Amino acid sequence: MMLNISQRKTVKHWATGLFAWLVALILFFPILWMIMTSFKTELQAISQPPLLFWETTFDNYILIQERSDYLKYAFNSLYTSVGGTLLALIIAVPSAYAMAFFPGKYTKDILLWMLSTKMLPAVGVLIPIYMITQMGGLLDSIYPLILIFALMNLPIIMWMLFTYFKEIPKEILEAARMDGATTRDELRHIVMPLSWGGIASAGLLSLILCWNEAFWSIQLTASDAGTLAALIASYSSPEGLFWAKVSAASTMACAPIIVFGWFCQKQLVQGLTFGAVK
Amino acid sequence: MNSQSNISTQVQHKWLNVVNLLKAPSIILLLVWMIVPLSMTVYYSFVEYNLLYPGPKLFIGLENYSYFSTDSAFFPALFNTLVLVGSVLTITVVLGLALALLVNQPFFGRGVVRVLLISPFFIMPTVNALIWKNMMMDPNYGIFSVIADFFNVVPINFLEDLPLASIILMVSWQWTPFALLIFMTSLQSQDTEQKEAAQLDGAGFWSIFRFLTLPHLARPIAIVVMIQTIFHLSLFAEIFVTTGGGPGFASTNLAWLIYRQAFLAFDVGVASAGGVFAIILANIVAFFLIRAVGKNLTE
Repeated sequence: MMLNISQRKTVKHWATGLFAWLVALILFFPILWMIMTSFKTELQAISQPPLLFWETTFDNYILIQERSDYLKYAFNSLYTSVGGTLLALIIAVPSAYAMAFFPGKYTKDILLWMLSTKMLPAVGVLIPIYMITQMGGLLDSIYPLILIFALMNLPIIMWMLFTYFKEIPKEILEAARMDGATTRDELRHIVMPLSWGGIASAGLLSLILCWNEAFWSIQLTASDAGTLAALIASYSSPEGLFWAKVSAASTMACAPIIVFGWFCQKQLVQGLTFGAVK
Repeated sequence: MNSQSNISTQVQHKWLNVVNLLKAPSIILLLVWMIVPLSMTVYYSFVEYNLLYPGPKLFIGLENYSYFSTDSAFFPALFNTLVLVGSVLTITVVLGLALALLVNQPFFGRGVVRVLLISPFFIMPTVNALIWKNMMMDPNYGIFSVIADFFNVVPINFLEDLPLASIILMVSWQWTPFALLIFMTSLQSQDTEQKEAAQLDGAGFWSIFRFLTLPHLARPIAIVVMIQTIFHLSLFAEIFVTTGGGPGFASTNLAWLIYRQAFLAFDVGVASAGGVFAIILANIVAFFLIRAVGKNLTE
């Protein structure tokens, strides 16, 4: 059978679409399965063959809140992520602005050095940090976590902001200055409006990284300041098969950030490409 | 004339101060964040210090180092660390590229497909590890064993028999979407006219990919490699939740080995020596990476 060009295009279009959907569903399947399992009873969760249709139950969610106080951990996650992100932004925005608009001789070296501090493995400094925190009586408190989260993400935030600020055309600023704009006017009417996108995307990435951070949360917190990541890690001990409950807890731990990520997808990507995309 | 130029240098000086004042906090904070713990780690690595045996911290030279490096787990851990980073990088870049090219084609429901594809990136590592450990890889009830049963094959006990590969699978599943996100955006900015011209000249898919798309993606690839290396060199949560470094040392990386030494054996001295090894390794990798990639980033 011969197909003309437009028919061939349609076939190709449908074939690509089917294939892409198949791949997407396979890669999304673990998440889907987690959500499905969270609405099953423990017996249904491990039934063989796996159940695709069942009577949904919300018991797991109620139990998780009752037994391990999900909300407390959720708020700890929220405070530490937002706190760490805000702190990092407060430090990084002026610095990155100064480096992008008034670069010195060593600005690029400093930025590369900053990135290289990210290469220091956290585990290499775990003991000192643990001891300093202990000496300050701040184990299992959210404050050291906020500070650590801020410092941990600072280099990446600096990079994202620097590349973003650098893209702002200097000619606009010069033109404004010629028209008699003061530095304050410049900042308020030109720099800030043009850089909201970059600040937002750096903040978004930082929020996601903080929310999902597991190493420091597991090591430095227990029942008081524990974050959701630490709560989930505590379910890893094999005390039996509690897949449905673990799934419910996991779903609740990830849902806020996944939904958040979906909505901010475009914004997030803008900064992540580090000016690689023009 | 003279006085005018004086004023302008004065203004410049004032400006320079403000600029330096703005730059300083980030630099100083990171410097402190790096130097204080680092020097403590180096100090502990030269003394005898075990939390179980309190006493004076005696200087013992390189003993902690030799103890750590002659541990039978040292070389497997070093090897595993490199295999982990290398494999995850290869898988995520190749798969991310393929997926980006795929979703760059027009088809129905592309927006939803994209959302589904990038979702794993937002999952927290501990949840990621638990999903795979329980619901996917469990030898009795996991989805993989169900599939194996369907084809009448003996199910693989992933975490027992292929621990490192299992962890590579989990991490790659999480980070492929990251590569995809970045490649996808870069592909959208590719010059379509150039591509169409090449097509008219009879260039096939592969030569367009090789000579137009790949060079266009050089910088995004550099970014993906750089950021992922930073995160995977000290991979911890996935091992903590699933294999605990085992069986044996099969899935122990440097980070896990140090953690075990410090928090399970309480030997701060030896663990600190391990920390120094980890830092040296990271610096070697960083040196090559920044030389290869960093230039690409600052230009």
